[in-house]
Amino acid sequence: MSDPMRVRATESGGVVDVKILMKHDMETGQRKDASGKAIPAWFISTVTAKVGAKDVFVGEFGPAVSKDPFLNFKYKGAKGDKVTVTWVDNKGGKRTDEATVS
Amino acid sequence: MRQHWTRGALFVSSLFVLQACTTPEPPKKAAAPAPAPQAAASTAPAGAPTAEIEKYRAMIADGNPSDLYEMAGEELWKKAMGPKNATLEKCDLGLGPGVVKGVYAVLPKYFKDTNKVQDLESRIVTCMERLQGFDAKEIIAGNFGQGKRKDVEAVVAYVVANSKGSTINVSVKHPKEKEMYELGKKSFFYQAGPMDFSCASCHADPGKRIRLQDLPDLTQQKGAALGWGAWPAYRVSSGTFWTMQYRLNDCYRQQRFPEPIYISDDTIAVSMYMAVMANGGKMAAPGLKR
Repeated sequence: MSDPMRVRATESGGVVDVKILMKHDMETGQRKDASGKAIPAWFISTVTAKVGAKDVFVGEFGPAVSKDPFLNFKYKGAKGDKVTVTWVDNKGGKRTDEATVS
Repeated sequence: MRQHWTRGALFVSSLFVLQACTTPEPPKKAAAPAPAPQAAASTAPAGAPTAEIEKYRAMIADGNPSDLYEMAGEELWKKAMGPKNATLEKCDLGLGPGVVKGVYAVLPKYFKDTNKVQDLESRIVTCMERLQGFDAKEIIAGNFGQGKRKDVEAVVAYVVANSKGSTINVSVKHPKEKEMYELGKKSFFYQAGPMDFSCASCHADPGKRIRLQDLPDLTQQKGAALGWGAWPAYRVSSGTFWTMQYRLNDCYRQQRFPEPIYISDDTIAVSMYMAVMANGGKMAAPGLKR
């Protein structure tokens, strides 16, 4: 499972506003299925946003974060920057998407 | 019950910001009123619990996960699939083959080729059957959020998102459309089941609410435009995108009626009634619901 993210990035006054919507079930490990067995935890553990080689955002996520997480952050940058966002989940799943700052 | 921590946390922190409005720099994000349809029609006084809910809705509207379904739907629309290995790009949803922009605002409508009044979902199923060769019966027998019906839902998100802002303009000129509207009206007011309920029990009074959710009065243009215009929507409590068929299925369940058959005439008729009542309103879907 690795559906695309939606990454939007807009610049205003030297500050880039990045909005990321990730598609992930974010299973906590606390829920049980119809037969009473625990559904194993499966969640995004790290999110990294890079511009070129530089990290502009690094976050550690856990099972308390909602399904289909939405993330909004700002950094000092310019129009035309390429923001590359990568998430890694606790099962080693991975997804990378990119957006150009407008 | 899973709590949606990030959204909840955002809400709490933004409230803090609102209370601290005397600081020289007012917060940009919390101050900007999002175009939430609920907020527009609210008569609730400031500070009322429902007003707080509206603030919360406006705040989370920015990260509506419907976007994710919309993206998947766009891909499905353009991808050659099925036994006939065709795309849906030639699908006539009501404004001509391949036209997606604004089409949700004229549905349900009468289609000559099937000789039926169809809503968006039944029309997409028709296209999947005729253009791509999928088995419609299998989709009808399936479940929401599973198998091929999941694809229908994603395509719905894509089409609906492209109708955002369009004026609802559903016709009742054709005799079949008129007939469907009348059937829908009858169905809407049909009181039955173990709880002696009808759609009208909840949705025919202005100012009614259930817990903190305002119930739109679907028998009036204003309420119908709000209700019809905000669906399909992403439902935060279940973490899934709900189409109108899904929402109606749940209405029938809440009334303790037998489960309606997917895209059956009665579900389309009730949609038809709501859509016609909403004529003149603006589409605001995909919405974001509790």
